[in-house]
Amino acid sequence: MSEATVSTPALVDQTGSLAARFRGWLANPWARPRLLVVFTWAYMAWSIVPVIFAVMMSFNSGRSTVAFQGFSLYWWFEDPDVAVFTNPDFVNAITQTLKLAAGDMLIATPIGVALALGLARWRGRGRGSANFLMLFPLVTPEIVMGTALFLVFTNLYDSVSLGTPAQLLGHVTFSISYVVIVVRGRLFAIGREYEEAAMDLGASPVGALRRVLLPLLGPAIFASAMIVFAISIDDFVISTFLLGGQESNTVPVLIYQQARGGPRPSLNGVASLMLFGSLIAIGLALLVQGRFMRRREATGRSAVEEFARFEL
Amino acid sequence: MRDQGKGVGLPAWFWQAFATPGIVWLLALFIVPFFAILAISMGTRDPIFLSAVPVWNPLEWDTQTFSGVGRDIFLGGSHQVVFLRTLLYVGIASTMSLVIGYPVAYFIARHASRTKVILLILLIAPFWISYLMRMLAWVNLLEDRGLVNEILQKIGLINGPINWLNGRPSTVVLGLVYGYVPFLILPLYAAIDRIDQSMIEASRDLGASPARTFLRVTLPLSRQGILAATVIILLPMFGDYYTQDLLSANPRTSMFANAISRLLFSRTGGAEGASLVIYLSLFLVVLMAYYLVSTARAAREYER
Repeated sequence: MSEATVSTPALVDQTGSLAARFRGWLANPWARPRLLVVFTWAYMAWSIVPVIFAVMMSFNSGRSTVAFQGFSLYWWFEDPDVAVFTNPDFVNAITQTLKLAAGDMLIATPIGVALALGLARWRGRGRGSANFLMLFPLVTPEIVMGTALFLVFTNLYDSVSLGTPAQLLGHVTFSISYVVIVVRGRLFAIGREYEEAAMDLGASPVGALRRVLLPLLGPAIFASAMIVFAISIDDFVISTFLLGGQESNTVPVLIYQQARGGPRPSLNGVASLMLFGSLIAIGLALLVQGRFMRRREATGRSAVEEFARFEL
Repeated sequence: MRDQGKGVGLPAWFWQAFATPGIVWLLALFIVPFFAILAISMGTRDPIFLSAVPVWNPLEWDTQTFSGVGRDIFLGGSHQVVFLRTLLYVGIASTMSLVIGYPVAYFIARHASRTKVILLILLIAPFWISYLMRMLAWVNLLEDRGLVNEILQKIGLINGPINWLNGRPSTVVLGLVYGYVPFLILPLYAAIDRIDQSMIEASRDLGASPARTFLRVTLPLSRQGILAATVIILLPMFGDYYTQDLLSANPRTSMFANAISRLLFSRTGGAEGASLVIYLSLFLVVLMAYYLVSTARAAREYER
């Protein structure tokens, strides 16, 4: 052992000048990056607060969407003409949005799950192109897809009228890929071992699929259904391009039409209602996946982290 | 790689049958509709109503409208002005998004420990809030008597209210940034989070300063993520017309997609609108191809 005491840089810096201390602070790998902390939280506030403010304004007792005059449910239930639940246009848009979301979920989820299974297990010819076909809707700008669907429904598939039927078909078209992505990710994570074990124990291939693989996929299927529900609620472009008239307005379309024409707290209310719907769906998806993951495997990550790391 | 050739104990057709409904759906409602854009753009006109009539046989296509629109875009017509403006807005907005988004993604991936889950929830939330709702929130804030004007007046920066919502490029660009930043941060976060911690530790152990480590190790390793995340927000930004409509609604700030939506739903502009969509798609196809190839590569690595 040497006689000189080994002094760490941090100790030297503490006794040095201000500049040296600053350099030491910079060089300390364990220091919290204070600037980044502030920046990140400022970003979060900027990103969330306007929306919270908009939701709050729907509970305003006054007419304004800019100055809060006290809490009331007037613009939700009471105003005879333009409250969220008394205005026929609002009620109609809410119903239409939920109808489309439910239909989308019921059609896109089974098709997407089957496609995910097929793509993951099918080897050989055509698989690559099928995979690309599935990924395409995810990267196609909505305006291109909306134009394509609008033109095909008005010129080729004449039997599908604009409005609810066309909107539903359009929503399913952009939703299928999301289901495939979510389910396929889970499928890779599960691997083949469980199925193989079931078959070693005497299950038929179809039996192994039905009794082992599908139950294992359950949470992912549920999550994908919830995601489809949420993206359908939030969709604007496809719904608006395939609009059949006032009666097929969805909530985002309504916001687009009315936001600049003398907004009322009740418009914020309708928007908030859909926000709750979409966030509840996603919350449920996270909850189910989280519970499932805790039981199955210890990745050391929370469901939220897995969700955030998730790539399309 | 486990059993090539076929699925577990089941013939290939069995799995193909699973994929069939989805593939048929996408062929009928995704590929065929694309063809409809071409058929309208290169079609003819109704002699009486002058509306666009599709021609389904490529041999009979008439490229007059399509090439006319092309000349307008490339040789300096009104579409070119709008296209260059869109390029400028989207360029500024995506650069700003990156400048705002990278530090946030970096902090959450590398340094947030106790607050990580809450930060991630806040990060994911905007994904599931309707884009139109988020723009409505800003319409509320930016109105003449809105909070932004109120605050600016109170602290004495301005005397009268500023009319933010009429033809201001800065409002449109900031609206785009606000709208699309979350879509950039999340994939960026995933990319930075995947960087092997031991690389960074090795750099530190070998004496590199934090700044040097960041510049020479972390940043190069996240380059792929930066490119992919930027592509993810560029694609929808070029197709965005509603941000402009909600935050400005003024021809002075009108974007490429505004022209598309206006022409497409006009009585006689169908072919012109369809042609604009084709040019937009051709422009974006490079970006899309890059993204598809890089995700396909990632998926293959994942599967291995």
